[in-house]
Order: sequence, then C-alpha cells, then structure tokens
Amino acid sequence: MNTESTAIIAQLAYLLSAILFVSGIKRLSSPATARSGNIRASQAMLLAIVVTLLDNRILDWTTVLAAVVAGGLVGVVLARRIEMTAMPQLVAVFNGFGGGASAAVAAAEFIRAGGGATALSTGYGLTIVLSTLIGAVTLSGSLIAFGKLQGIVTGRPVTFALQKSLNALLFLVVLVVGAGLAHQAAGDALASVLGSTGTAIGIPFFLALVAGALALGILLVIPIGGADMPVVVSLLNSYSGLAAAATGFVLGNMMLIIAGSLVGAAGLILTQLMCKAMNRSLANVAFGAFGTGDQAVRAKTGERPVRDVDAEQAAMVLAYAGSVVVVPGYGLAVAQAQHELRKVCDLLEERGVSVRFGVHPVAGRMPGHMNVLLAEADVSYDKLLDLDEINPEFESTDVVLIVGANDVVNPSARDPDSVIAGMPILDVDRARTVIVMKRSLSPGFAGIDNDLFYMDRTLMFFGDAKEQMSELVREVREA
Amino acid sequence: MGEMLIGLYVFVLATLAGREVISKVPPTLHTPLMSGANAISGIALIGALVVTGLADTPWVKVLGALGIVMATINVVGGFMVTDRMLQMFRKR
Repeated sequence: MNTESTAIIAQLAYLLSAILFVSGIKRLSSPATARSGNIRASQAMLLAIVVTLLDNRILDWTTVLAAVVAGGLVGVVLARRIEMTAMPQLVAVFNGFGGGASAAVAAAEFIRAGGGATALSTGYGLTIVLSTLIGAVTLSGSLIAFGKLQGIVTGRPVTFALQKSLNALLFLVVLVVGAGLAHQAAGDALASVLGSTGTAIGIPFFLALVAGALALGILLVIPIGGADMPVVVSLLNSYSGLAAAATGFVLGNMMLIIAGSLVGAAGLILTQLMCKAMNRSLANVAFGAFGTGDQAVRAKTGERPVRDVDAEQAAMVLAYAGSVVVVPGYGLAVAQAQHELRKVCDLLEERGVSVRFGVHPVAGRMPGHMNVLLAEADVSYDKLLDLDEINPEFESTDVVLIVGANDVVNPSARDPDSVIAGMPILDVDRARTVIVMKRSLSPGFAGIDNDLFYMDRTLMFFGDAKEQMSELVREVREA
Repeated sequence: MGEMLIGLYVFVLATLAGREVISKVPPTLHTPLMSGANAISGIALIGALVVTGLADTPWVKVLGALGIVMATINVVGGFMVTDRMLQMFRKR
C-alpha cells in the first residue's frame, strides 16, 4: 500500500474512534448502560493509539514503549488504590496530567519548528501558544486543587492584597509574550524594545510563557474555597479538553480536536450546573473568595435552644416512621460513614420503612461525589434522587435524616437578604420530623447560622457521623 | 479551505455534539462522567506519540516522552477508575 492510502485508512479509523467516543458518552446517560459506555470509550482510545503508532514513522520505539509502560503502571496503581472518598483529588491529578501532556507536546512542537529561530506562521504560532498556555494553567491549577482537596494546601480561600491586580498583570504579561511568539511583527517589535532580535527571543519568551501560565494556574485556584471545589474541578476538566483540542490544531490532528472538544463541552456543562446549584456566577466563584466570612456577618450560634437526642431516641423516630429520606453531605464523606449509613437503611427497610436519598448537586467536593460513595456502600442507584425529583416528596415524608450537610438544607436561601439567597436547597424543613446528624452547631461553608436546627420539628443528633451511625445500627436493631 | 478552518469547523460541531449527549447524563453519574471525560482528555497521548516518534533532537524526545507518561497515566488511570466506579452502580 502506498502512503497516501494508509493515511486515508488512518483518518477513517480516527473517524470510527470519534463515533465510538460519542456513542460511549451517550451510554453514560443511564446507570444500566454506563459501564459499557466507558468500555466503548476506552476501546475508541485504544483504536486511536494503535492507528497513530502504525501510521506514523516511529524512530525510537524503545523510548515510546518505555514511556507508555511507565505511565500505564502509575495509572493502574492510582486507579486501584484510590479510596472513593478521595475521587475528587484523583480526578484533579489526572486533569493536571492531561493538561501537562498537551503543554509538553506543544513545547516539543515549538522546538521542532525551530524554537523561534525561524518565524512561525501566525495560525501555527497561535495554536502552540494557546495549547501551552491552557495546558500549563491546567497542570498547576489542578495540582493546587489536588493539594486543597488532599489537605496539603489549606481549603480556605487564600487571599492577599492586590491579588486581583497581580492576576490581571500576570495575565497581561502572558498575553504579550504569547502575542510575541505567535505573531512575527509583534515579536520583532517586542524584541527591538528589549534590544534583541526577533529570532533570539524565541526560547526565553517561550519559557516566560510557561512560567507565567504555571503561576497563573496557581493564583487562579488558590483563592477558591473547599466547598467551591466542584466548580473548580469541572472547570479544570474543561480546560484539559480545550488544551488537547488546541494541541490538535498544532498537529493538524482531527482526533485530538474532536476528543478535546467533547471533554471541553462536558466540563463546561458541569461547571454551569454547579454554578446554578449554588445560584452564583462563575465570576463570583472564581474571584469571590467565598467562605472567608467576609461577606457574611458570622452568626452567633448556640444561643437559641435546640432539641438534642441520643441514638436510642433517633432510632425510635426512624424505626417507627413510614418514609425516610436521607440527605448526605460532605460530612458523611469526611467521616467515612457511608457503610454504616447503608446498614441503618437496610434495617429500616426490613421493618418496612421506605428509604430514599436526596442528593444536592454540590454535596461533596465534585459533581456527583455523594452518589459514588453511596453506590460504593451498595445503595441501589434507583434510590438516589436529585434535587428536582426529591423536593416535591418532602411534604409527605415522615423523617428526614441529614448526615453532615448544612448550607444545602438551609431555609434562609429563601430569604432574599441572605448570603445564600436564591441557592436551590433541599426543602427538608417541609418534612414532619428532621434529624440532623452533625458534629456541632458550627456554621457551614457559607458561614451563616441555619434556622433549620432550631425548628420545633428538628432533632439534633450530635457527634461523629461514623460513631453515631454505628450506635444507630445497634439501636434500630433493638427498636 | 485551510486546515485551520476545517479544524475550527470540527471543533465547533464536536462541541455541539458533546453538549447534546452530555447534557443527558443524570446527576447520579456526574462523577463517572467527569472521570471518563478526563480519561478522554488524555487523547493528548496521540499528539505525544506523534512528536516523540518524529523526535530528532534530545529536547523534543524528552518533552515527548514526558507527554506520553503524563497522558498515559491520565488515560489508563482515568478509564480504570471510571470502570471501578461504574461497576458499583447496581440496582438491587
């Protein structure tokens, strides 16, 4: 076969791979078909890899194979070892590597194209700059997000004087350097200002671009607080896709453009959904430094009387209810109490109590985090209901059991003067009885008091979720 | 039509197609969607394989190999952990 026909076959194989990617994602629309969808997407990836290896003249198989084996081994170990509670940080790390790979490819292309010694065409230069910029921002931003989720970097927003000005300045510098690399006339003009020539500034400018982009990634994520992480992780996910698509433009490879834009779209949709679930704009999440307590006048808690109960009393209320809705929050993940929770639910169901779960979109540290934890604890997925599905049901629910959630069940979201005004909440206060399992009365991430805790119908069940849940298992069994 | 322009067409249309299929994924599956999409963003591996394959200088080879390692971690780890999650979603 001549090279032209192999190239066509390779392109057609890429097309098939693109179709498999789309149909694989489509199968993720139902839990029953989702696993096969993921397998299909992985087959699409394998096909694309094999085609690429066969279609391109690989000069150094040793390096290529060694790198694939090394990366593959690390990937396998990470994927097998990770606890489900730590999924958000793993996804953040993978995101970062995806972005980093795109930036590395763009950098390699830059060197191959002469490292700035010869002028690049504007389109080619622009895509190299974009791919490097987005890739490097994704890499450093994701590593900071990982640090925050893992507790290595503080989860609180980190703010300092002139932070926004510094970000803006840095962004401007990156743009100017990028323009200098992408556009010959701009590059020459910059070079003459710096007393150099257009061809000599190539490598220093490229290094400045990489350093600037890495710094920008850090500075953009560091002021964002822990509970806003679902937005950050979604956005970085989108960036890693865009970086891959930009690399596709650099290499003129449609496969990269298609797969990259699919991921870009996925991340963007999730980002929008997460912002909507908090009734905040993306700009507010990114720059609002929410959770520092600046916006909220910190309410004094604990001055109003609450009704607190012990495990025995809570068990009685639950065991003699007709219907129970469990509302899990990040506190459940922190306490790793999902397995004990499932045992309580099993015992209640054995007694004929109807048990379902109401999951808020931003519960946890990434979109859908709670659902994965509950699935891990063997809760059937048809019992996991989202906000719109469960809200009309609270009116006719006997008992709501809230485990480690706060802001997402705060009725003050209905008060136009509240800091969380307009945030869609789970209407748990409409149920007949509410049991709140929580360590203390301390406010949630938004830094405001929760009127729910002081209602007549609310029973506060204080303590560590895991210990209290084990108590509850014993007590429900005896009830 | 230049290659850049064709690329732009493909980019826009693939984004729209992605929007359509992804907006139908229920909230229950948002974490697997994200980690699956994440694995797909490791498609940069293709690019890394191409540049490493063509590498004629040591720096290109180093950067290319670095790209391959990072992208393979993303692809292999991403698909595997997504599968691990999805096999837990069961109906009883």
